[in-house]
This record gives sequence, C-alpha cells and structure tokens, in this order.
Amino acid sequence: MMKLTINGKTVEARNGETILEAARKIGLDIPTLCHMEGLAPTGTCRVCVVEDRKTGKLIPSCSYPAAEGMEIATHSNQAVAARKTIIELLLASHPDDCLYCPGNGTCVLQRYAQELGVRQRSYSGARNRINLDVSSPSIIRDPEKCILCGRCVRVCSEVQGVSAIDFTGRGSGAQVACAFDEGLNISSCVNCGQCVMVCPTGSLTERRDVERVMKALDDPEVTVVVQHAPAVSVSLAEEFGLKPGSDIVDKMNAAFRRMGFDSVFPTSFSADLTVMEEANELVQRVRNGGPFPMFTSCSPGWIKFLEEFHPEMLGNASTCKSPQQMMGAVIKRLWAPANNLDPRKVFSVSIMPCTAKKFEAARPEMGGDTQDVDAVLTTRELAELIRIFGIDIAMLEGEPADSPFGDRSSAGKLFGASGGVMEAAARTAFHMLTGENLAELKLDEVRGLDEVKETTLLINGLELRVAVVSGLGNAGRLLKDIIAGKRTYHFVEVMSCPGGCINGGGQPYLTNPERVRARMQTLYEIDRNASLRVAHENPSIKALYRDFLEEPGSERAHHLLHTEYTAREVLR
Amino acid sequence: MPIILDRCCEKCSHSQAEPCPMAIECLLDGPLCHESPACSEARNTWKSKVQRSGLSQPVIFAGAGTCGLGAGAGSTIQAIREFLDTRSIPCTIVEVGCIGLCAVEPIVDIMLPGRARVSFAGVTHDRVCALLESMLERGEVPEDMALCQFTGTGETWKGVPLFSEHPFFGPQTRWVLENCGTMNPESLEEYLAAGGYRAFAVTLRTRTPESTCDIVEESGLRGRGGGGFPAGRKWRFALNTPSGSKYVICNADEGDPGAFMDRAVIEGDPHKLIEGIAIASYAVGANKAYIYIRAEYPLAIQRLRKALEQAENQGILGTNIFDSGFDLNIVIKMGAGAFVCGEETALIHSIEGHRGMPSPKPPFPAVSGLFGKPTVINNVETLANVPGILNNGPGWFRSAGTENSPGTKVFALSGKITNTGLIEVAMGTPIHDILFSMGGGIPDGKAFKAVQIGGPSGGCIPDGHTDLRIDYESLGEFGAMMGSGGLVVMDEDTCMVDVAKFFMDFIQRESCGKCIPCREGTRRLLEILNAITRGYRDETPEQALERFRGIVNLERLGQVIRKTSLCGLGQTAPNPVLSTLRWFRDEYEAHIFERKCPAGVCTGLLTFSIDEDACRGCTLCAGKCPTGAVKGARKSPHYIVTSECIGCGACLEVCPFDAVRVH
Repeated sequence: MMKLTINGKTVEARNGETILEAARKIGLDIPTLCHMEGLAPTGTCRVCVVEDRKTGKLIPSCSYPAAEGMEIATHSNQAVAARKTIIELLLASHPDDCLYCPGNGTCVLQRYAQELGVRQRSYSGARNRINLDVSSPSIIRDPEKCILCGRCVRVCSEVQGVSAIDFTGRGSGAQVACAFDEGLNISSCVNCGQCVMVCPTGSLTERRDVERVMKALDDPEVTVVVQHAPAVSVSLAEEFGLKPGSDIVDKMNAAFRRMGFDSVFPTSFSADLTVMEEANELVQRVRNGGPFPMFTSCSPGWIKFLEEFHPEMLGNASTCKSPQQMMGAVIKRLWAPANNLDPRKVFSVSIMPCTAKKFEAARPEMGGDTQDVDAVLTTRELAELIRIFGIDIAMLEGEPADSPFGDRSSAGKLFGASGGVMEAAARTAFHMLTGENLAELKLDEVRGLDEVKETTLLINGLELRVAVVSGLGNAGRLLKDIIAGKRTYHFVEVMSCPGGCINGGGQPYLTNPERVRARMQTLYEIDRNASLRVAHENPSIKALYRDFLEEPGSERAHHLLHTEYTAREVLR
Repeated sequence: MPIILDRCCEKCSHSQAEPCPMAIECLLDGPLCHESPACSEARNTWKSKVQRSGLSQPVIFAGAGTCGLGAGAGSTIQAIREFLDTRSIPCTIVEVGCIGLCAVEPIVDIMLPGRARVSFAGVTHDRVCALLESMLERGEVPEDMALCQFTGTGETWKGVPLFSEHPFFGPQTRWVLENCGTMNPESLEEYLAAGGYRAFAVTLRTRTPESTCDIVEESGLRGRGGGGFPAGRKWRFALNTPSGSKYVICNADEGDPGAFMDRAVIEGDPHKLIEGIAIASYAVGANKAYIYIRAEYPLAIQRLRKALEQAENQGILGTNIFDSGFDLNIVIKMGAGAFVCGEETALIHSIEGHRGMPSPKPPFPAVSGLFGKPTVINNVETLANVPGILNNGPGWFRSAGTENSPGTKVFALSGKITNTGLIEVAMGTPIHDILFSMGGGIPDGKAFKAVQIGGPSGGCIPDGHTDLRIDYESLGEFGAMMGSGGLVVMDEDTCMVDVAKFFMDFIQRESCGKCIPCREGTRRLLEILNAITRGYRDETPEQALERFRGIVNLERLGQVIRKTSLCGLGQTAPNPVLSTLRWFRDEYEAHIFERKCPAGVCTGLLTFSIDEDACRGCTLCAGKCPTGAVKGARKSPHYIVTSECIGCGACLEVCPFDAVRVH
C-alpha cells in the first residue's frame, strides 16, 4: 500500500493501481473515452490527463501507476483546459449532426462537450469523408463519427478474439476499418454487437428495424406475433429509468398489446423446447458415444465463429435451432396453419438482447417461402418503439402472455445468463436418463460471471464433464484446448457475450458490470421462486409434443427444430 | 574463408565444437597457449596482408555507400574496371562505405605500393580516365582532384594535405566513424585485424554482466537516438528485472528528414555495430537481439546480412560463444518506413507483428518490452560506441566531450551548407565550428539564418546563437534537442514559416493516429500554417476570420499537443512551430499582418510590379495575364493593378526584359 494525495485528500493505493482507480475510490470522476475496465490501458484518448503538482506535468491517469507521495490535481485549470482542447479537436473533425444521431443522448463525446463547456467551434478545417458501412445485417458503421478510441477494436480482438476490425491508415487519415476496407459482411464479424456496446459515440449502432415492424403493425391484413427473449424483461426497465434488475415481463406484455401486436409469446417457452431437443440430443450422443463435446447452438455469434474459425468442429455443435428460431418455426409452420392463417400473412417479430439474432433470422436455412422470423428488434429498439407509441410503461397494469405458448419453466428463463442453458439442459437430461428429477435443481458451479465454469454431473453412475464459457475470446481459447486434447468434456455451453445474453450487444447503452450482475440475480430469483422449474414438466411443451411433434428428436421435430451449418470463407 | 577457425598448428585446440575463449586475442597477439615462432609469423603475415602493408599492386577504394552511389559511384566503378581491363593493369578494387564528405562524392582512394593512400573528390565516371592515367601510369597525383592523404600507409605525397589537416576531417574526433570509408565493410578479416571483436571476447572471458554495465555506466554514454538516457543505467534496469528471456533491440529506424548517420555506420562498418549489440546482449542477459531497420536502406541491410553471416560462421555469434556459455542470435527485422516506429514502444509492437503504435510508459521496455520481456533498445550510434568503451575504458571515453555528455556525436549536415555530409565531433563543440569551419559555411555568399537540429521533433538555433555548444544540457537549456543528430542549415532565402509548415506536414502524415492531440492537433496546426501562407486574394471574410482564430489558437494548441500526447513523436510534434515562433515571430507577423513572405518563398503572398524603367511596353505580359491585371499602352511602361492580380507569376515568366519585380 502507498499513500498519495488527490485534490488534497490522502488516498491509499495498492501497488500497480492507477491514478484513475485511486481517484474513483474517493468518488472522483475523471473523464475518459478509451478506458475499459478489465483491459490493459492504451492511453489513447488523453482526456483523462491529470496534473502532477510536483512537476506541473500532465499525466494520463488511466495508465499512470499511483506512486508514494504523489500530489495529483485531477481538475486543475491546466488539466481541464487540456481536456477541453482535446474534446474541441475531436469535434472539429466530427459531423455536426447530434440531432440526427443514434447516439444522441447516450454519446459520451456529447456529454463531455457539454460538461466541459464547449460552446463554440474553436477549430475548424478539413473533415474526413468516409462512407457508411451498411453491409452487415446487424451492425451499421459510420466511420465519420468514429473518434478512434479503439474500444471496439479491443473488444473485438481482446475480448471476442474475432478481430474483424482494426486501425488502418496514418495520421489524420487513420480509421477503424475491416481488412482491405471491405464491408463488415465479408469480414470475420460475428455480429455479436459488443463493439456497439462499448462505442462512446454513434459510430456503431444496430441495423434499425423499427419502421418495418411499425408498418406490419399498421397493416390490417397481417397478423403480428411477437416473442421476447428471457434477458429482455430484466433489462428493459433501465431504458425507462427504473431500477436495474427489475423484471417487467407483465408490463411488457401489456405494452405489446397496446402497440397492436396480436399475440405475445415468451421465447422462454421455446427455450424449454430447445432444452427438450438438446437434452435428447445429448442423451443420444451419450448412448452413441459422441461426438463430444457437444456444443450449445443458441448463440448465433458463436455459431458463426465456429463456421469461420473452426469449421472442423461444426459436427460437435448441437443441431438444435436457437429458441428464437424454434419459436419462429413453431409460429409460422404449426401455429399459423392451426389458426387458419397464411404464414405469409403472419409477421413474426422477436425482441432480442442481441444484434447477431438479426443475422440469424436472415439465414437462408431459417425459413421457406417466408422467413420464420421476419424482424428482430434489440432491447434498445423495443424501448424506442414503446416511446414512439407514447406508452408510459411504469403505469401499465401487467398482463400475462398468450396461449398456447405463454407457459414457460424457469429453466427456459435461465437461458438469459451464462450457465443457464447448461442448468436447464442438465435438469431435463437427468430426467431423461433416470426418470427422476435432480434432488437439487440449482447448479451453483455453472452460475455467476466467471469466464469459464466447469463441473462434473453424476447421472446414474455416468460422469458427465461439462463446461460453461462466455465471451468468444474465452470460448476460442477453450476450444483450442479441447482440440489439443488438453481438456475433455461431454457438453459445453457457449454464449458469445461475456456473462451471456444479459450482457448482449442489443442491451441498453451504458450497460455496466453492476447492471449485468443485477440482471443475473433477477433471473436466479425468478428460478428460485418458480413452481415450474424444469422444461419437461411445462404443460404447453407436453401439449406441443402430444399434438404435433410426437417426441424429442422425432422426424417431425427434426424437420422443424433442427438445422445445419456450413463452413464460411471470410477475411480473417 | 575460415579465419578464427584456422588452426596455426596441432597445438591449437580451437574448433567449432570446442571453442577457445582466447580465440580472438590469440588471432591478434598469439599464439597464446604455446610458443612457436612459426605460428607467430603466420599471424603477422595474415595481419599485414589484410592491412595491405607491402602491396605489390595498387588498390583502388571506391566510396560506395548510398550517398556515393547516388552521386554516380556505380558508373565510376564500372569505368575503373573498364580502364583496368582494357589496359590490363593488375589492381584491386575495394568498395567501402561513406567517409562523410558527401558533398564531393563520388570519392575514390588510390593506394600505390609503398605510397600513402590518397583520396580524390568528385570522381565521376568521365574523370576516371584522367585520374587513373595520372596515378597508375604516371605515378602523379592530380592535385585538383586530391582531397587528402592518409598517414601511416606509405610514403606521403607532396602537395596533398594530410587527413588530419584537412579542414573537414581534421577537427573531427572519429570514434564511431573510424572505419567508415576506409575499411572494407564486407570483410570480417579487416575488422578483426584492426582489433575488432576483441572487446566482446574479452568481456565474455573476464567480465560479468554487472561489471559490463558498470563500465558503460561509468563512461557516461548516453542514448544517441534523441532522449539521451544513460545507456548503462538502461542496461542495468533490464539486467535487474528477473525474466526467463530478455531482448536487445538495435533501433536502426532512422526516420528524421536529414538524418543518415546510422545508415552510414551500418554501410561502412557493420561489424562494429554487431559487436556493440553482442556486448549489450551479454550485459543484460539477452540471447536474442533484433536489428530493426527500415526497408528503405537496402544496401545497409545487405551489408548487415553479410556481416551477420560471417560472424555466425566464425562462431562470434551462435551458441556457447568462445566457450563462455553465452548464446546470441541476432535477427534483422525490416520496418516499413513509419516515422513513429522509431519510438521504442511502437517499434516493439512492429516487431511483435502488430501495427506500429506506441503504448503508454510506464511500464518501460527495460522492465516489460518485447513480448512482455525486459528489453533494451539502443540506437545504432549508441551501440557502435560500446566496443570502443570496453576496449579503452570509461576514462578514455570521457576524454572527449563534456562532464555530462561525454564522448562524440555524429551529425548529418544538410541544407544550405557547403560541405554536406557526416561529421563526428566531441560533445560540446560549438555549432559555429561545425557549420563554418568543418561545414564550410553557407554557399553562394548567402547569409546564415538558422539551423534545425534534431529533425522535425527538434528546434531551430538562429543566427547569433551559434556559439552554443552541442551537448545534451546546453541544447536542452536552449529549448532545442539533440535528436538523432540531423542538422538542416537554412540561409536568408528560407522562410521559417515555410520550414515549420514542411515539418508539420511531415509529422501530421507520420502520426500514427492513435492519440487524439497528435492526430487531430497536428492536422489543425498544419491547416493554420497553410492558412497564413496561402494567397489572400480570393479569401472570403469567413476564411479570414478562421485564419485569425487559428492564429489565436496556435500557441495554445501547440502546448496542449506537447503536454498531452502519448509518445515522443506527439510530445515534440509542435516543436517546429513553437521554436520558429519563438525566434522568428517577426516572420510570422509579416505573414499574418502584412500578408508578406519576407523570404519570398510563400508564393501565395507574393505581389508583382513592373519596373517602369525596364519595361519597353511589348505587351507580352498583358497578353498572358489571365485576369487582365496588367494594364498599359503599347510601347509605354505597363503597370499591375494589385487588386486584380492573382499572383500566378505568368508576367514574370514571359517578360523578355526582366522588368517584372516580385515582392
């Protein structure tokens, strides 16, 4: 431990702690545009400079280690003036279109310009003109709004191990781009949207599908059905200033109806369906001796990652469609005909905490004459839609979801967090193999925000080695170990985003670790308080198998609920 | 060509498999392990042959460094070969590096048996015949071409100045450059015969890494790449950081406009650099060293490759070097020519295969550098000083230079100076001596204005301050910096705003784009400079306002860039502006307020008028003027309406009577 003074107050700091970390401990907020918690500092933006009172020098607080006896002034005139100049320099090469910008209101650059009192354009001159990249089905890149903080580049390479984007060019011509200046669509981008989450400006956003949904809602010929993912109801509240971690699923159902959606189903229902199919697939593999490990297939970013980087392992991925696509298939191929509706006149919307789901819904395997899911909205877009319709969600009376797919087990709800698929599948697989339910349904070993979680399940003398990993960088490393034979498992759950869908690329901006933790706790609480905690006991699931699908893994189920993958050639 | 591995007799046990720790010393002073007049004799014969004593036929040395080749040394060498072939004259041709006086390249030296070696200047291919006929056939020195002669190589010539008396070479203290231009850079034998690799071999045999660091630290050797950090201390940091592997990197990414010292050292004496790297590697405990060199130096790379191969073949590099248990592998890593890659951390990222962008310090490379391991980065000149220090001791090194800046420094002279080229002088030499005595002053009788030291990151030293002594402290106090040692000389015809603009343009293009103040700030600085040097005739009121706002911000912006940028490039980026602004504020004011360029360089600010006495009224200029600004009747003097003139200069070009005046 060492002592330094920050703005006259003595602060204790551990060896290796930075000035920024020390300052935050005493409640000082030093602005920064490039700092990323948990990653090594790059010292890119220089906005966090503070004054070293002993030397009069400005030093970057994000990367400079605290040292014994330092005297730091975080907001001296010199430091604030330098910060302001840096923000002014950024604004000089930034488009003047805050009012039209998707980042308006959440933009950190905008906030700092306000806070530092930038009231006039001090510097003017040439500005880079770079085309929008609208090639991706999930993510729109506006390089003109990019301030080159490098957060997207780092999250893409250091957290996700994808490296679809990097810096190119020199000097004022430097920009973040894909290899060979091509579009995101032919890069190795897996559409996870983690870059969108860390972008401090409006340079990275999701592809917006709000208008398409509104058009469908307005069409009397069209039946609009909506499904909402388990991680949406526990994060949407934040968009409306409610307490992080509040579950507002019932109010959400009501909001959907007020906006004109004809039927509202929770995706947790089809998550239960996924559990049935996936547990069955695991049981079959156990009986047939592999191939192991079986990988979950719910996370579309992970599937594309496999298709791009490890096509040789595609045979290990579960053939189950994701819950979104199972729901889409069930709605268009079973529910619509059963209700005498033409599937082409049914508009199927899904609300996802995810940008990759937009890509997944557009995959050619996912439909026939019409796509199974017609539009995917992120949590953010849903909030926007609710605002467009003038709904005060806090005032709404809660309403239940519609039948026949309104029932869900809490196992399906757990899909929203890393470890949830494993926990849900383990409960049902145990039942399939033993005919009994687990004595303790809760699997503590796979809960929480650790990067890699592993345990061994004992089922009738069978030792099932399982692992749960989230974040594609972690998944990639685990996969390499598996390929190299350093680790062996029977079943591995992979979620593309660190922590799972509760931290997905479609979640509200300004998501932070505390909020992710709150969302996760709420999911666990829902499970703790639920009476229906296993997928195989969901009465609606039983009915679906009885009326249409026969049994898990049947030919009918296979045709409707399973898919296949192909190797992808991308720039990488 | 085994040299070290050649055994004099059966008693010598040295071999590739079982190397002898004394092999290098034995080669020069041996045999050391046994008494044998025959073996001694064999060594003496070898040495005198390599050192060319007792020549039986003439030797021609052609300066074939990049500067020489640029001046036509290639054709000169070809002409020499043709001359020798057609006349069947037995003669050896040796290609050497640059001796430093680039202004008079191609330089050719001729050494006749028994006579002193003479240097000849300006030996272009068309002058080869005259020179060789005179020297080889008549045995006469053509005095108009002779530059100087070297003592100790034979009977001296009359009427030819000695090297030590030559105004350019005489006052220099040539330690780093001692072999450049005189020794065959592709011959390991010549380097060995001159005592090469002795410092390394003795260090391996008798010194610990700690004591090696001690010696370098005592010598006071400071980094010659710009910062001036004590080399020995840097080594000790790396030595004292525990790690399984460590690295030494030689920074040969010489990127300053007007700097070519490192290139000359590598092209002229690659083994000296390799020996320096080897000693540094031993001192810090590195078994792998990199030479990071720009791909734009193909000849230097070629010579380095050859030298490394020779050293490896002779067991000077490799495993268990001279039975010391020390292994060393030196790798050449070519850079793609980014200025920022001269910055330590950017260079490290480049070697690692990443984009060359700097990262924050601390951690310093000596603690966590290449691949996260302790890494010492020294530039070429720093490392080339090391063998001399280890051979002669720290006291010797301190015999030149000043208390805090001991030793010598190599400078590259370029710009408006007579003797462009490389000089090596003791630290503390006044700038005046460098420019006006060795440098030969300003050509064409023009007046000296300033000298830019340290490249784009440095600063300028104006007329009236040339008594400033060049060492780290004096330059620092003056607000300039040593940099890598480029000296760009400017005369009265140079516009200092234009100079600042040139360097700003360079820096903003070479900024890596990582940190905001450097990327965005240098771009705006350049725009402000462009605005004040641009023509004002079509300027809108808004543009004029922008121009003034820029001027108001110029200094403040410069200070923010200096204080907040991430790396040395950014922190020094505004120096060209701040330094010229400090010394030549009047020139800026003339540009800004009077809209005039006193040096007549910024064409946008020029005004034209017609000298009534010289004008014959031929109407040519009026016909050419694109705006009709030239008025006047035929056969009577014309005049220019300034408000209509766009400053294109067409009238100046066409006037047959030189009647158009530029202001």
